[in-house]
Amino acid sequence: MKQRSTFLFSVLAFGLAFLYVPIFSMIFFSFNKSRLATVWGGFSTQWYGKLFSNSQVIDAAVLSIKIALLSATMATILGTMAGLALARFRQFRGRALMSGLVTAPLIMPEVITGISSLLLFIMMAEWLGWPGQRGFTTITIAHITFSMTYVTVIVQSRLAAMDMSIEEAAMDLGSKPWQVLRDVTLPIISPAVLSGWLLAFTISLDDVVITSFTTGPGYTTLPMLIWSKVKLGVTPDINALASVIVTVVAVGVAISAVILARADKRRERDIQMAIAANK
Amino acid sequence: MSRANDSWFNRRGWRDTIITAPYLWLVLFFLIPFIIVIVMSFAKTATQSPPFAFLPDWPYVRFETYERLFTNSVYIRAGLISIYNAAIATVLCLLIGYPMALSITRANKSMQRLLLMLIILPFWTSFLLRVYAWIGLMGRNSWFNKWLTSAYNVLVPGNWELPAIQMMNTNFAVVLVMVYSYLPFMVLPLYANLEKLDTTLNEAAMDLGSRRWQVFRDVTLPLSIPGIIAGGLLVFIPAMGELIIPSLVGNASDPMIGRVIQQEFGQNRDWPMASAVAVALLLMLVVPLIVYNHFEAKAQAGAKS
Repeated sequence: MKQRSTFLFSVLAFGLAFLYVPIFSMIFFSFNKSRLATVWGGFSTQWYGKLFSNSQVIDAAVLSIKIALLSATMATILGTMAGLALARFRQFRGRALMSGLVTAPLIMPEVITGISSLLLFIMMAEWLGWPGQRGFTTITIAHITFSMTYVTVIVQSRLAAMDMSIEEAAMDLGSKPWQVLRDVTLPIISPAVLSGWLLAFTISLDDVVITSFTTGPGYTTLPMLIWSKVKLGVTPDINALASVIVTVVAVGVAISAVILARADKRRERDIQMAIAANK
Repeated sequence: MSRANDSWFNRRGWRDTIITAPYLWLVLFFLIPFIIVIVMSFAKTATQSPPFAFLPDWPYVRFETYERLFTNSVYIRAGLISIYNAAIATVLCLLIGYPMALSITRANKSMQRLLLMLIILPFWTSFLLRVYAWIGLMGRNSWFNKWLTSAYNVLVPGNWELPAIQMMNTNFAVVLVMVYSYLPFMVLPLYANLEKLDTTLNEAAMDLGSRRWQVFRDVTLPLSIPGIIAGGLLVFIPAMGELIIPSLVGNASDPMIGRVIQQEFGQNRDWPMASAVAVALLLMLVVPLIVYNHFEAKAQAGAKS
């Protein structure tokens, strides 16, 4: 028997309202005619028009997406490797240090990660002469570093739940190691790799603290642009920009959730059919 | 040789590449920068670029920065405010998040999936924009502030009435926005924990004559302590080092540690002090984690015996 509790459901309703009311209020006021961002002055879509003709915003968005695509892809490759190493190799020199290095960035406050990355780049410039200018490369390196560990955690837990005898069976049947990786291991962990990439992509796209420490002149990402505008107060054009971003992200998350759920279902069906066929 | 050693991933080149590439990356771009921060905290400021130097003779390092850290009230105050804000935010998240998680487990399966999706979704949208959304709500002219003010004015005697509640640039705003931002981190681990609990235990307790709140106190609550600790850490740790929220909605005269680090590094160009504060902040985060690991190891040992 399920218990019904009015108290519990009213807290749930309150919590969901708490999570969504600010976002919907922001979207609502993006259609405000008035220049005052929080006092309603009639319906208008003028801020959206201004937004899409603002080259500063477009440039920043393009830069952010470029960095996020590159850093998420690199982070996924490196993070998956680290996940494989930690889940499949019981012993290697420095394993304890590596598992520490993989969890540390998750609890490290962003401001410390930002400062320490900046100090590294300054020292490298001093001693090695590179990087002469901070910008695209330094931001991307910093993003790869802190997002790859999220990928590692996701991939590692997926590998831990995976049946290793499938890999051994493929080896026994004469597959070469790279064939096992390509045909067995990677397809099985692919949903985890995909979720890792999505997470790395979003946190790169969203980051402002680490970016602001590792950037250089001329490289303003979208969150940095928003940050500098928000510091001056609430304006309808940021409301419009925020609404666009929130909508795009919500639709993207919903679509990828459906795709991942379908892939999961299909794989379960395949496994069951394979078991049934072998009986 | 056992079969495991013969697996695909144990072939030479493979093994080395898979281990070495991410290892080198993390050492170069995470461990070394962190060591630089620790070393920097023992240097002194200097009027050169970069603005620090080490003592010319043995022992080359100095501890004066740490002495200042522990004697200057600015840093101690920032530390206490950070602990205070993070602790209150954690408790509030728990008070709101626990009933939310519990009520999600009572819904049917497809409803559960939808509710979890609704809880996670804000987490995927931009953190900065969620803070921004609250700036809009807390301003003196916003509908939310007006609404709260009229509710407040109804409750208090006439001479205490206010034209508007000052929410922006207060510690209250910092805690509120932290609760808002980190609530999903509390709900998700609690849900994962509560969902696994055996409901027949509740029924057994009810059959034995417990009232509903007694069942909660004696059965559900003790069994959900691991979830409470996990959720608490997931809220407390990022809240302690938070920089964005105090910078945008907080009061500059009550800074949290993150803001102090940024100020020392940026405006004051005191890199050794920024590094020392960073090291102190990390120690404050690592201590609760060690305590947690200790209890978890104990609990696991207890479960095995």
